[in-house]
Amino acid sequence: MSKDGSRLGLILLMAPLLLWLVTLIILPHIGLFVVSLSEKVGVRTYETGFGNYAVFFTEPLYWNTFARTAYMSIMATALTLLIGFPVAYYIAKLTRGRSKTTLFLMCLIPFWVSELVRTFGWMILLRETGVLSSFLQYLGVINGPVEFLYNDFAIMTGLVYTSMLFMVVPLVTTLDSLDDSLIEAGYDLGASSLSILREIIIPHAMPGIVSGCIVVFMLSLGNYLTPILLGGKDSLWFTGLIYSQFITRFNWELGSAFGFLLLGLSSVIVFAALKLTGQSLGKTMGR
Amino acid sequence: MKTTTLLSTVAVLALSSMAAQAETLRLLTWGGYAPEAVIAQFTAETGHTVEVTKSNNEEMIAKLRATNGGGFDLAQPSQDRVSGAQEEFGIYKPMDQSKLETSLFIPSMLEATKTNTTLNGEVYGVPHVWGTDGLVVNTALAPNVKDYKDLCDPAMAGKVSYRVKRPTLIAWAFSMGKDPFAAYADPVAYQAILDEVEAALIACKANVKTYWDGGDEIKNLLRSGEVTAAMAWDTGGWQLNAEMPEITFVAPASGALGWIDTFVIPARGRADEAAYAWINFVMRPEIAAQITAEAGNFTASLGGDAGVDDALKARYQASFPQEAIDNIKWYPTVPAGLETLEGAALDRVNAAN
Repeated sequence: MSKDGSRLGLILLMAPLLLWLVTLIILPHIGLFVVSLSEKVGVRTYETGFGNYAVFFTEPLYWNTFARTAYMSIMATALTLLIGFPVAYYIAKLTRGRSKTTLFLMCLIPFWVSELVRTFGWMILLRETGVLSSFLQYLGVINGPVEFLYNDFAIMTGLVYTSMLFMVVPLVTTLDSLDDSLIEAGYDLGASSLSILREIIIPHAMPGIVSGCIVVFMLSLGNYLTPILLGGKDSLWFTGLIYSQFITRFNWELGSAFGFLLLGLSSVIVFAALKLTGQSLGKTMGR
Repeated sequence: MKTTTLLSTVAVLALSSMAAQAETLRLLTWGGYAPEAVIAQFTAETGHTVEVTKSNNEEMIAKLRATNGGGFDLAQPSQDRVSGAQEEFGIYKPMDQSKLETSLFIPSMLEATKTNTTLNGEVYGVPHVWGTDGLVVNTALAPNVKDYKDLCDPAMAGKVSYRVKRPTLIAWAFSMGKDPFAAYADPVAYQAILDEVEAALIACKANVKTYWDGGDEIKNLLRSGEVTAAMAWDTGGWQLNAEMPEITFVAPASGALGWIDTFVIPARGRADEAAYAWINFVMRPEIAAQITAEAGNFTASLGGDAGVDDALKARYQASFPQEAIDNIKWYPTVPAGLETLEGAALDRVNAAN
């Protein structure tokens, strides 16, 4: 009797999760997969096959765009980690009490406005008649207006800025759990700051680093607004290709295939990165 | 007692019948085509309320395709995108001509649109607003831009903008002395034209500051002087001209590209009465003049240009002398499947370095 009761409880608890997974994630993906398998051969006539997937591999344009998107996302992830780690370390270890809360909050504040507004903010700063260009002219560093927008540098700035929070939060959490006495013991035993970082802090923070990197990489790869708005004519991004297949070309079949390829290839990249660094997803999530 | 009951019953009946008649019109349209004042007047007159969703050609078709023609009661794609989309996706329903006050329309424009939007003997669209694609030029900073291909002049490097959409392909083809519309029916010939245009646009890419996407974006770029010449809509040029006299719309030497935005009824629209009422309402000359003032473009309403203010008329006449009007290239219907070819060319232009 009590066994039945607990089973009912379990089912009830699982119901929202299952409902969410099945109706919002699994069913749409099945639909998308079915669409991606139909090849258009004429007006309102379709055939079943993998032709749409073949297009991705035979047309270098699409393949190159994906490679570029993945490369830029990996760079953005590395940069975010490089900038985010000292920030997180400072917040977690070198501040106490109210100033800690304040600093943490300051990392959060930019995320109170939407991504679109933040991106427009960057456009105002970086454009030819924008704040940065005018300021440098005022200082006399440059003679005429300079365009900082519409290049890879602008895309990278936008991506790092957008994903900073998602790197800092897991890092602060893991660094917080590191006992200060371990670092002190390291110094007592005569270790240099560098070897303490390498031997004690980074190994302890590894789960935070890995989960932060996965989140930032996925966010960058799937970002649409930032690359399109800041990148201008060189903004080619894989999500932009998917959008244009669906909306401007009315080619849902190819768009769906691209969507699946993005899902598959990004999973492969994350899996490969985990293997290369000797981490496992279970270990990261378990902590 | 009895009379009061009877009276109140009648009142309730009258109210409920009014409620049944008053519908909500879900209108899928362009920015500026449904000004607040016009909606308020329409609601006061007919009881129907209007919900406006602003969009563009591709998004309109994509939205209606996603719902098999549901979710909206009236849409406004350009006339060249009606019968092709209908053939492929079946997202519209035929127009009941008897419910339209056809005397409100400019006859030649109504007939042309009907012909262009006919599929299997059924008419799917009637004209509303028309305008052109051409050049918006800062005449002080870029005095030599007279045709689309002048945007690719090395002297204009970094000061140019256009869209990566099909109008750009068509414009460059005309500018290079081809006639893409004549090749619509022949995919091989059309592909040959596309290949040449693609090469020209890739060569021109170094000149481009950025590809624009929305009307406000290109206006900002021109206003700040970051872009001095662009391929854009006439109305944007005239709006800027009101603020800065040196910027205006120039009808290109090889011809401005003329479009007509239509009214079509989505296949699963639920408020056809309100839809026809809206069409008949906005085609009245005085309402059409209000829409022209808001959107900056003229309408297919007979006599609708009489109430338009003189400043806009003067700008229109300055941009369009008679020979430029005669030279407008009106978009014929896009055959189904042609856009796949164009899409591939546009993707390659976008990806080129």
